[in-house]
Amino acid sequence: MSEPRTLLAIDKVSKNFGRVTAVDGISLDIRENEFFALLGPSGCGKTTLLRMLAGFETPNDGRILLDGRDIARTPPNKRPVNLMFQSYALFPHMSVRANVSYGLEMERLPAKEIRSRVDAILATTELVAFADRKPEQLSGGQKQRVALARALVKRPRLLLLDEPLGALDKKLRGAMQLELKRLQHEVGITFVIVTHDQEESLVMADRMAVLRDGKLLQCDTPHAVYEYPADRFVADFIGVMNFVPGKAAGDGVLAANGARISGRVPATLIPGAAAVASVRPERIRLFPSPETANRVAGTVEALAYQGLDLQLHVRTALSPKPFLVRVTADAADRRPVASGDAVELGWDAADVRIFAD
Amino acid sequence: MTQPSRSSLLMVPALAWLTALMVVPCALVLALAFFRRGIYGGIEYTFTLENFGLVFDPLYAGIFLNSARIAGTATLIAVVIGYAAAYAIAAAPRRWQPVFLFFAVLPFWSNYLIRTYAWIVLLNREGLITQLLRWLGYTGEPPSMLYTEGAVIAGLVYNYLPFVILACYAPLSRLNPELAEASRDLGASAMTTFRRVILPLTVPGIAAGAVFVFVLSIGNFVTPALLGGGRFQMIGNLVYDQFLTANDWPFGAALAMALIAIMLLVLTAQALAADRASGRIAEAKGRVNG
Repeated sequence: MSEPRTLLAIDKVSKNFGRVTAVDGISLDIRENEFFALLGPSGCGKTTLLRMLAGFETPNDGRILLDGRDIARTPPNKRPVNLMFQSYALFPHMSVRANVSYGLEMERLPAKEIRSRVDAILATTELVAFADRKPEQLSGGQKQRVALARALVKRPRLLLLDEPLGALDKKLRGAMQLELKRLQHEVGITFVIVTHDQEESLVMADRMAVLRDGKLLQCDTPHAVYEYPADRFVADFIGVMNFVPGKAAGDGVLAANGARISGRVPATLIPGAAAVASVRPERIRLFPSPETANRVAGTVEALAYQGLDLQLHVRTALSPKPFLVRVTADAADRRPVASGDAVELGWDAADVRIFAD
Repeated sequence: MTQPSRSSLLMVPALAWLTALMVVPCALVLALAFFRRGIYGGIEYTFTLENFGLVFDPLYAGIFLNSARIAGTATLIAVVIGYAAAYAIAAAPRRWQPVFLFFAVLPFWSNYLIRTYAWIVLLNREGLITQLLRWLGYTGEPPSMLYTEGAVIAGLVYNYLPFVILACYAPLSRLNPELAEASRDLGASAMTTFRRVILPLTVPGIAAGAVFVFVLSIGNFVTPALLGGGRFQMIGNLVYDQFLTANDWPFGAALAMALIAIMLLVLTAQALAADRASGRIAEAKGRVNG
């Protein structure tokens, strides 16, 4: 495989509204043909960043290079970037076909070409049967596909999607996540999706950026972000994490009760500094072997059956919050536990991540 | 659900009021139109259709056309100015919008006559506008503005503008701002976005405001009397004259009925158009459910 080419370079971009800094010196490279996710809690600046890519906001500082050309001050109608709005923003007075044709009419293409391109995208998005309907006659999922078709038909260099699945119910969302990925593959367009749903970005993105308070915390593959979070916030925001607060030591963290959690301590943490050791629920074993590096006794407080697996809340002396432990249905069958049972938890030093607290 | 017969009792006071003060007087005026004028004024109670024939006399038909032209011009100007104002208010920060709307309807707090007299003060040969021109260095003849058709139109526009602003503000403020952004995003200029997205979606407001101005203007008699100086007759003045000066009540009644017919026609046309629009929606919704 050849070296992936950078399509969009966001270079030290900042944006403030009055005294509020929405985006604070973010630099990011988005590669050709990748599915990129901007993830963060509400107010983290992801939507402002997206709106700057679309052209609805102008950065106060920094450059936005598309194919090497700075488009930071190019109006939205003059950049090869399209946005799929969170509200879909379908034109209510136009049919599905008219909505999808609109962008091509603006390019003043010949009517014949508009027709054939619209027909093609309606077929791809399975909307042929709805071509003459008005938006109000469509279901949520159909509206979403029209919004997508309307943006895709322009064949943009970059397609921006603002919380594209937010308005759909959970089951439909799962199906649309795969559908979006399939479509992105099929049309070969770079997708940048904004979402607050970490699960969504883990499932869909090739790479993702985690933002908080207008700053970029981490930009990497979903696997790397999940397994090697850059800091405590990312560790907490992505997936579920168990935290043991304490003080940094040479080879781990000393918990408040004196117990030692072994793990690799980052070089930036000086011994004695406030630190937190963390471990994912699926990395914890019930009834570990005696040679397991980290072991702790606890009491099962609650059980939540989740089909595929069983989630346990286990009270230990290590942290004020109970530990979350995921046990596969298989393992739970072999050695059943019940609320109130005394158990032992164990996990390897390699599964421990230590952060400054 | 409550029984329809019992809840419809709630309409009785309104119906009684309308019957006593609208239907009965209108019926009386209508009846009047079918009698002859007495030789010394008064009414001769013999049936005739002459009064309605006279309405179509070129002299009077011309006044009808003239009234329609003045009302139409006033409507057009009021819609352009009112829509622009409503657009600006809807685009203002949310918390300022009620303040601007308040100022838009503020003139309604004073009497219609007083507001119209204020225009005389403005347009007078030695009025405020002339003084302003003088102050700016103009030395020629004062422009004659009062007692012109322009003065009548200005008065009508001024008096009915708030209706247009309110009628246009409603759909403009409800418009999802992302629709305009989506249009821009898809490659449309600001002008094209206005023409193809914003304007079509706010036409109902424009239509409602326009009908309001037209219907109120075409029957107006105070403004043409005060600002037109009696030189520009509109139907309203004609009706007024027939009743109070010419003492020809039957003909006045026929003219009034013709005016009411025109207004009903305009209102019905607007209602039908609105009905067709909502009918399309209802039909569309039916198809979804079907």
